[in-house]
Amino acid sequence: MNEVVLQVKNVIKSFGGVKAVDCVSFDVFKSEILGIIGPNGSGKTTLVNLMTGFVKADSGTVIADGKKLTGLAPDKIAGLGIVRTFQIPRPYHSLSAIKNLVVPLYSSRIMRTSGGKLGDRDTVALDILEEIGFERDAHVPYKLASAFSEGYLKRLELARCLALKPNMIIMDEIFSGLSVSEIAAMIPMVERLQMSGITILMVEHRIRELFQLANRVIVMNFGEKIAEDIPDNIMKSEIVRQAYLGVT
Amino acid sequence: MAYALLPMVSFVLGMLVLPLVVPSMTWQRIMTLSCIFALLALSFDFLAHFVGIVCLGGAFFTGVGGYISGLLNSAFGLPMIITIPVATIAGGAICTLFLIPCLPIRGIYFAIVSLMYPILFHRVIQALNIFGGTDGLPGLATFPNIWVELYFIIPMTLILTFGLRRLVNEDFGIVLRAIKDNDQAVRASNINISWYKTKAVFIASTIGCFAGACLAHLYGWVGLSLFALDFSIFPIAATVVGGGGTLVGPILGALILAPLSEMLRAFGPLRVVFYSLILAGLVIFKTEGFVPFLERKYHQFERWTEI
Repeated sequence: MNEVVLQVKNVIKSFGGVKAVDCVSFDVFKSEILGIIGPNGSGKTTLVNLMTGFVKADSGTVIADGKKLTGLAPDKIAGLGIVRTFQIPRPYHSLSAIKNLVVPLYSSRIMRTSGGKLGDRDTVALDILEEIGFERDAHVPYKLASAFSEGYLKRLELARCLALKPNMIIMDEIFSGLSVSEIAAMIPMVERLQMSGITILMVEHRIRELFQLANRVIVMNFGEKIAEDIPDNIMKSEIVRQAYLGVT
Repeated sequence: MAYALLPMVSFVLGMLVLPLVVPSMTWQRIMTLSCIFALLALSFDFLAHFVGIVCLGGAFFTGVGGYISGLLNSAFGLPMIITIPVATIAGGAICTLFLIPCLPIRGIYFAIVSLMYPILFHRVIQALNIFGGTDGLPGLATFPNIWVELYFIIPMTLILTFGLRRLVNEDFGIVLRAIKDNDQAVRASNINISWYKTKAVFIASTIGCFAGACLAHLYGWVGLSLFALDFSIFPIAATVVGGGGTLVGPILGALILAPLSEMLRAFGPLRVVFYSLILAGLVIFKTEGFVPFLERKYHQFERWTEI
């Protein structure tokens, strides 16, 4: 549990005069679920973008398994097994759910690890979709992504990550926009992923569900990390209440 | 089965039989020229609707393909059977090299840069007086007769069209279409989008250069008019008229528009006026294009049985 798989060290990113992420450092341990919470605009998504290469850091480093991630292109970082979901789902609208998964299955990471013995990509895609809750025998996997509801799109995002055989998944608000029953269906999936040895970093606004899942939680406010602890202690923390409720 | 194959078979047969039924050799010639335009429209449609790159480089492709083929033929005396394939591949590579720096930009911005290249090359050849300067390179090898011409270019058009149609449904094509839909998600899937876009541009520019090389040998002459903007603009019109995103549509569009433009020659100076009016009419009343319209109508007959 105590093997560090990802280190964020003094990362800074400003957009114009706004310090979106201000000198944030933390470690991520193997096979844990690390939650990141914070009020709107506190820099959570920017932090995810910095870690996955979509935004270049002004200074500071992100290191995974001894490799420096800062400066690498997003596709290279994904190739190292650190994959992300997007807060606003980014499906390929004109393709069916199955074909959506053909894209990650066509990546060099999968070609490399499968050694060319992947077989038919459509079949593999169908297996992954079933795992994530798309009914195999129904019409659903063959529907165009543009026809899906938010719940299915979020699951498709997760499926895209799983198709890449990740070591670590960074979930950017995977529960937002979902109904209570959809979230309830999603929680065991996340638990199952953790049990299979995948490290999970969750950025969330659904505090109740997150605290149920997470091993540790980081709280951010105005770009700074203001707390890092186990969920129980975070709930009791005065400084976190102040950040959320604005009590002085 | 017959129901599914009928449109494709009738299209292929139509293309192959059409040169036999047109009245004169002039019209057969127009047919080959239409196919050249059709190839350019095909490459435009492929990039625009399957990769998300709006490329107005048609004139660039024909110019580069034509000049390479022309130079090889006039300077080294190589026969057509060598110059056309070499010009196709080498031209495709050269065009791709020039377009690579523009790949990170999208939409109208890419269109502007790709439109700039033919103008640039045109002026450079003019100013430096290289490759024959404003006179061009005359006296190139031509096709032995009109039938060789027709039955080389028409089957090639068909092969490339259906080849591309197959390609966009293969896994490689799926990745390209995904890049069009959402390039950031493709990057997050461990796929280097620049590399895939480069491949796609290479495919499209190869088709364009092939058209240019054929054009050089159709005329037996290469000149600055190979960089004419017609070759960039016409494919858009053909794609709009035929229906974008179908690949067959642009072919049909080119086969309608190019002969139409010839027919209107009777109007003399007013030709462009009538041509524009017809084009405007087609765009307004058949916005989706011919092929999607026909497809829709055809599918309405699916459950149509005689009682």
